[in-house]
Amino acid sequence: MNEQELREVLIDALTQIAPEIDAAQIDPQADLAEQLDIDSMDFLNVVVALHERTGIEIPERDYGKLATLDDAVAYLAAAQ
Amino acid sequence: MPSLGADMEFGTLLEWRVKPGDVVKRGDIVAVVDTSKAEIEVEVFEDGVIDELLVPEGTARVPVGTVLATLRTGGGEVTPPAGAAAAAAATSPPEVAAVAEELPAEAPPTQPAPDTAVAEVSTAEIHPAGEHRLHVSPVARRVAEQLGVDLATVTGTGTEGAITKADVERAAAAVVLPTAPTPSAATAPSPPAAPAPPAPAAETAERQAAMRQAIGALMARSKREIPHYYLQHEVDMTRAMAWLAQENLRRSVSERLLPSVLLLSAVARAVAQTPAMNGFWVDGAFQPGEGVHLGVAVSLRGGGLIAPAIHDADGKSLDELMAALHDLVARARSGRLRSSEMSDPTITVTNLGEAGVDLVHGVIYAPQVALVGFGGIRERPWAADGMLGSRPTVYATLAADHRASDGHAGSRFLALIERLLQNPEEL
Repeated sequence: MNEQELREVLIDALTQIAPEIDAAQIDPQADLAEQLDIDSMDFLNVVVALHERTGIEIPERDYGKLATLDDAVAYLAAAQ
Repeated sequence: MPSLGADMEFGTLLEWRVKPGDVVKRGDIVAVVDTSKAEIEVEVFEDGVIDELLVPEGTARVPVGTVLATLRTGGGEVTPPAGAAAAAAATSPPEVAAVAEELPAEAPPTQPAPDTAVAEVSTAEIHPAGEHRLHVSPVARRVAEQLGVDLATVTGTGTEGAITKADVERAAAAVVLPTAPTPSAATAPSPPAAPAPPAPAAETAERQAAMRQAIGALMARSKREIPHYYLQHEVDMTRAMAWLAQENLRRSVSERLLPSVLLLSAVARAVAQTPAMNGFWVDGAFQPGEGVHLGVAVSLRGGGLIAPAIHDADGKSLDELMAALHDLVARARSGRLRSSEMSDPTITVTNLGEAGVDLVHGVIYAPQVALVGFGGIRERPWAADGMLGSRPTVYATLAADHRASDGHAGSRFLALIERLLQNPEEL
């Protein structure tokens, strides 16, 4: 997947958890958990959804590398 | 109408899942009720045959304790507080059970609330002449209510013509809204059935207001009636977090455990050994809970809080607890909870999450007698063996009812939670 596709997959996973968010409103460089008020259960659901869609299994120690939308897309692109 | 949480006074009967003559078994879901917080699936607590449905679908503001239906049990006699009301009688503390039992056998179905007629009309529109009923997902139903969309006018595109959330949103976008609500609409004390459907913003605000009112009423009662005492204890989480990291490393993503599951497990096991923390204060006396049913405070998106139970949590493995928590959070936030989950938690845990602030001094969920709180897990200075270092720690707090226990018992309880967390492999 290219970066644009990865970004769409990620946004899709996020909107599953926070249906009220407007994807266009997400600041790609700000902390996702804080912006979208997602907790650890929500985040785990995102990680599971990303695994299902991309096959990428994100180890726990790398969770910090997915803090923002841009960081997460870059991480996924590198992990493919 | 069962009491689905101590903060509930009324419920809206959304849907019957049974009809007269149906054979039901204990635990079967017989109806769906909307409290101001969530849609709850009401379970029947006795085997039998549905005799009569006394409250029609769509009836709003049905007082707790109202007989919703009658049930014929084994001997063929008709049991008055049957069906849904039996759920309250069977699982709630006596205070609530008494309400259901006091009802006369020939109780009138319900005091027709001022908005009953309107609610019935809209039900009739949704299910024309009781013929084939529309397939609507719970989320779609909720969204339709919020957006003021009449489901009968929506074309479903889901499986077998089921109406999905997207269908409702499309329909809402196409609807020209009636006149804008007056600013006071949201704050007016539940007006008797406005003739025109309120605009979406007003309805969402009304729902929010109702939830705040319910939480406020219960919390005010707790603070007024319960002499709380508070304890806090910093717990070393080094072993627990290291064990968890190792464990999660060898698990696939979908099988990973969250730190909160370790905390829940430790509380459940500690509660099992500390009966004074597990149960209810009713009519001037402590009534021990039967089993450890751990209420888990779940924050709802957009505000509000709900604390359904994980049943028999002390006997569950970490995997089982994780599955139960995952399921409960998902259903609390988007889907449906069951009546037993709402009516019988014996103690509640509130967890601010790993990224939360340091600690929480909770308000006890009456008539329970204790509430355990956890703040964020993070690196903090820690002195041990004459050395100052840093370790991941969590502040465990206890708010307990001084009528039921003393600080000494509470202190031993928190210390036990700490001890259990030092041996995570045994949780």
